[in-house]
Amino acid sequence: MGGRFSAPTALADALTATAAGYRPVAGGTDLVVGARQGKWSLPDDLVALDRIAELRGIEATADGLRIGATTSHADLAAYPAIRERWTAIADAASIVGSPATRHVGTLGGNLANASPAAETSGPLLCFDAQLELRSTSGRRRIALADLFTGPGRTNVASNELIVAVEVPQLEGSGSCYVRLEFRRQMEIAVVGATAVVRLDGDVVRDARIAITALAPTVRRVAAAESSLVGTDGGPAAAAEAGRLAAEAATPISDVRASLDYRTAMAAVVVRRAITGAIRRARGETVPIPASASLFGTD
Amino acid sequence: MRYPATLQLNGTSLTVELDAGRTLLSVLRGELGLTGTKEGCDDSECGACMVLIDGQPVNSCSFLALQADGRAVTTVEGLASGSELHPLQRAFLEHGGVQCGFCTPGMLISATALLTANPDPTEDEIRAGLSGNLCRCTGYVGIVAAVRSAATELAKVE
Repeated sequence: MGGRFSAPTALADALTATAAGYRPVAGGTDLVVGARQGKWSLPDDLVALDRIAELRGIEATADGLRIGATTSHADLAAYPAIRERWTAIADAASIVGSPATRHVGTLGGNLANASPAAETSGPLLCFDAQLELRSTSGRRRIALADLFTGPGRTNVASNELIVAVEVPQLEGSGSCYVRLEFRRQMEIAVVGATAVVRLDGDVVRDARIAITALAPTVRRVAAAESSLVGTDGGPAAAAEAGRLAAEAATPISDVRASLDYRTAMAAVVVRRAITGAIRRARGETVPIPASASLFGTD
Repeated sequence: MRYPATLQLNGTSLTVELDAGRTLLSVLRGELGLTGTKEGCDDSECGACMVLIDGQPVNSCSFLALQADGRAVTTVEGLASGSELHPLQRAFLEHGGVQCGFCTPGMLISATALLTANPDPTEDEIRAGLSGNLCRCTGYVGIVAAVRSAATELAKVE
C-alpha cells in the first residue's frame, strides 16, 4: 500500500516511469482483478496509462489500421471499419467480459496479459498484426506472432510499453471469431477459433486459422490453413481443417473443461469459424458477435 | 505514499488522500461513507460494486481510486433527486425487481448506463446490458421488466 503512483499525460513520462520500475496499469481488468483474486500482489509502484491521449484511439492509415494500446474493447467492437473489414476483431472484442469490462479493458492490456484464452489474439494473429513497443531507449516493431512466449509471458521487456497495434489491410477477406461458451457474457473462451479467408470465385485462395485456449499461447495452425486453400471451403473442407487444428491442439484440463473435451471441441469451433468467414467473404451477413448465430450450423 | 484525488462524486467535488493501491470501492465505502455500492465477489464477476465513471459502468472493486481523480463518479446514492426516486428505482419497486437487494445498486447503475446509451432496448439488449451483474436471488425476470418499464417511462418524460 505504500507504493508510488504516477498518472502522466505524456507518453515520455510513462516511459521514464516504466524505466524506473513502475508497472503499467490501464483498465486494471487483469492486473487489479488478479491481485484481488490473489493470483499476484499489486505492484508497489504503478504508472497509469489512461490519461495519455496518444495511446488511445483508432486511426486509418494507408496500410490498414493503427490501434492505440489503451483503446478499449468497446471502442474496437463499435468501430465501423473493423466491423466491416476486420470483422473477427469485432466478434472478439464484443464478447470480452461484460459491458464494464469492455469499457475499461484495453487491447494493449489484453495482449500483454498473454492469456491462452484471450479473445482478440486469434483475430489479430490471423491479420498479421504488428506491435510497436517503446522504451526510453527507443522503439521496435515485432510481429504479434513473436509476442507470446507462454501462458502470461511475452517478449515485452520490463522497461517497454506496448504503444500501438498495427493491422494491415487484407483486401477481399471474410473473417470470423467464435468461441465455445457456457454463457453469452462474463465468459472466457472454453475453446475458440478464428478463420480469415479470401476467395477467388468459389475457391479459397488464402486461409488463416488460429486456435484459442487450445495451446499454451493463442497460435495459428499452418496445416489447417493449407488444407483449406484450393477447396470450396464447404462442410467437408471445413471439417478437414477442423480435424487438423484439433490434431495440433495441446490443451490443458482445468475447471472449465477437460483436455479431451477441448480437443473434441477444437474441430467444432474451427469448422464454425470457417463457415462464418466464408459467408462473410461472400458478402452474406453473419451477426457480430458470431458465436451464437453459428451454434448448430454443423 | 499518499496522493490527493478529487472526485466529482454524485455532483459534488471531494478531495481525499489515498495510498496508491486503494480500490475505488474501498474509498467509497470507507472514507466517503457511501455504502450503497456493495462488495460482492471483490473480483469483478458479480457487479454489486458497479459505479459510473464519466457515465460508463465500471467495477469499482478492481478500479484504482487514484485513476478516478478528476472524473465524474456516480453511485446509486446519486440517482434519486432529493426524496424523489429515479424512474428506474421506482420501476424496480413496482416490478418486484428487488428481493434481498444486494445486487440492486449495481443493477441500477448498469441499467442507467444502458438506458443512456440505448433508450429503447429490447429484452435481449437489457439482458446483455445487465450481464455483468449477478442476482443471487435469481430475480432476473422482475429486473428485466423493471428496466423495460423505466425505458417507457423515461421516453414519456422526454
